[in-house]
Amino acid sequence: MKEYFSLIVGAILVNNFVLSRILGICPFLGVSRSLKTSAGMGAAVIFVMSLAGLLTSAINIFLLIPYDIAYLRTIVFILAIAGLVQIVEVLLRRFSEPLYQALGIYLPLITTNCAVLGSAIICADEGYHLIRSTVFCFASAVGFALALLLFASLREKLELAKVPDCLQGTPISLVTAGLLALAFLGFAGLAG
Amino acid sequence: MFTALTILLIIGLLIALAIGLVVRFFAVATDPMLEQVNALMPGSNCGACGFAGCAGYAAALAGGEAQPGACPSMSSASLQALCELLGVGEVKRERRVAVVFCSGDDHNATRQAFYNGVNNCRDAMLVAAGAKSCTYGCLGLGACAKACPYGAIEIRNHLAVVHPDLCRACGKCVLACPKKLIRLVPASAPIHVFCSSPERGSFKRSACKAACIGCRKCVKAAEENQMRMNGFLAVINYGNPPAAEVAEVCPTGALRLNVDHVEAEKNQADKS
Repeated sequence: MKEYFSLIVGAILVNNFVLSRILGICPFLGVSRSLKTSAGMGAAVIFVMSLAGLLTSAINIFLLIPYDIAYLRTIVFILAIAGLVQIVEVLLRRFSEPLYQALGIYLPLITTNCAVLGSAIICADEGYHLIRSTVFCFASAVGFALALLLFASLREKLELAKVPDCLQGTPISLVTAGLLALAFLGFAGLAG
Repeated sequence: MFTALTILLIIGLLIALAIGLVVRFFAVATDPMLEQVNALMPGSNCGACGFAGCAGYAAALAGGEAQPGACPSMSSASLQALCELLGVGEVKRERRVAVVFCSGDDHNATRQAFYNGVNNCRDAMLVAAGAKSCTYGCLGLGACAKACPYGAIEIRNHLAVVHPDLCRACGKCVLACPKKLIRLVPASAPIHVFCSSPERGSFKRSACKAACIGCRKCVKAAEENQMRMNGFLAVINYGNPPAAEVAEVCPTGALRLNVDHVEAEKNQADKS
């Protein structure tokens, strides 16, 4: 139990996917202009990343390693994640139209998101078993959503701040992201 | 190696099968009307209709929230097909074109200084508003021409000229011009005042040979409410435009036929 707790805290705070591992920067910078869209994106990422983690670790443990084709994991993981997202999209449309409208556009965006593939590959590298990888991917996604929400709130404030002309828009956002990443360094050593 | 290929193939087929089954049993049928309307869209995504791209307009049309006729980029045949599809009566669409309201090319206009910087109108604006003697004048560096998705704007001797037969009135050039020289006007209007500066006539004449000097001959020659003066600039009322013959009274040639303007620039370009 204790190791799961340290795994979760490690994934959310210490080795935050966006701010420490620098993965998933595209949606981080692209979707974080408003808090509402960031919440939608965060929810979609949590959903997809947990399922993708489960699926890819199952494929890795039961198919790739026994048959000695672990080197194929990149392409197989991408296939699996893309297929999963397609299925999730269709099911979501069928069973919850409002949720589909809310998340809709973000689901295809997550397919090629390096954070999803990154979490799958980290699980494979570290040799986590099925339950552990699912928990790790879920916690990483929560960390991603946390970073996204924090950044979105900061960016909403930046819209109203007096920023010098040369730094307006993307430059000041990137500087802010860097400062946020620096702040998260304060968590180093927390999970032991 | 063959085990690898086989397993990869099997995994791919299984995923495809899974997606196929899920789509077969769980997919929500899309409105067939939406697909047909989508097929008639021009696909330029210009946003002139006020919706988010052609897909947005198609969705609004299929849902009955919008009327056909808001799209200036569709061909007339598509518009007719769309009206028939939706069961709406014939919709009249006022065809509009973009016009660059300036005649200041290299032959007509003088420069304050030689501009040797970034070759873009928006950047040139940062340096003494483009270094032309007339601060309202067209810089001719092509921001509008680059913005036009239909290639309707030609830059001849540092003046932008819109070809009315190619223009689809999407409005992108209007947004691109840093001097706000381009406006969308009804395509049926035959003459335009190709000048935008309300400054004093004598000053304008020294800056540009084809400027409107504010002599008011056109205002007198036209009927009531067809033209008015904005400072020393004659302005056409496009709700009630004057006849083409009024252009003959203009001493400088600022007021002229659109076809003459497009052709004249071409002749001058050929001469130089």
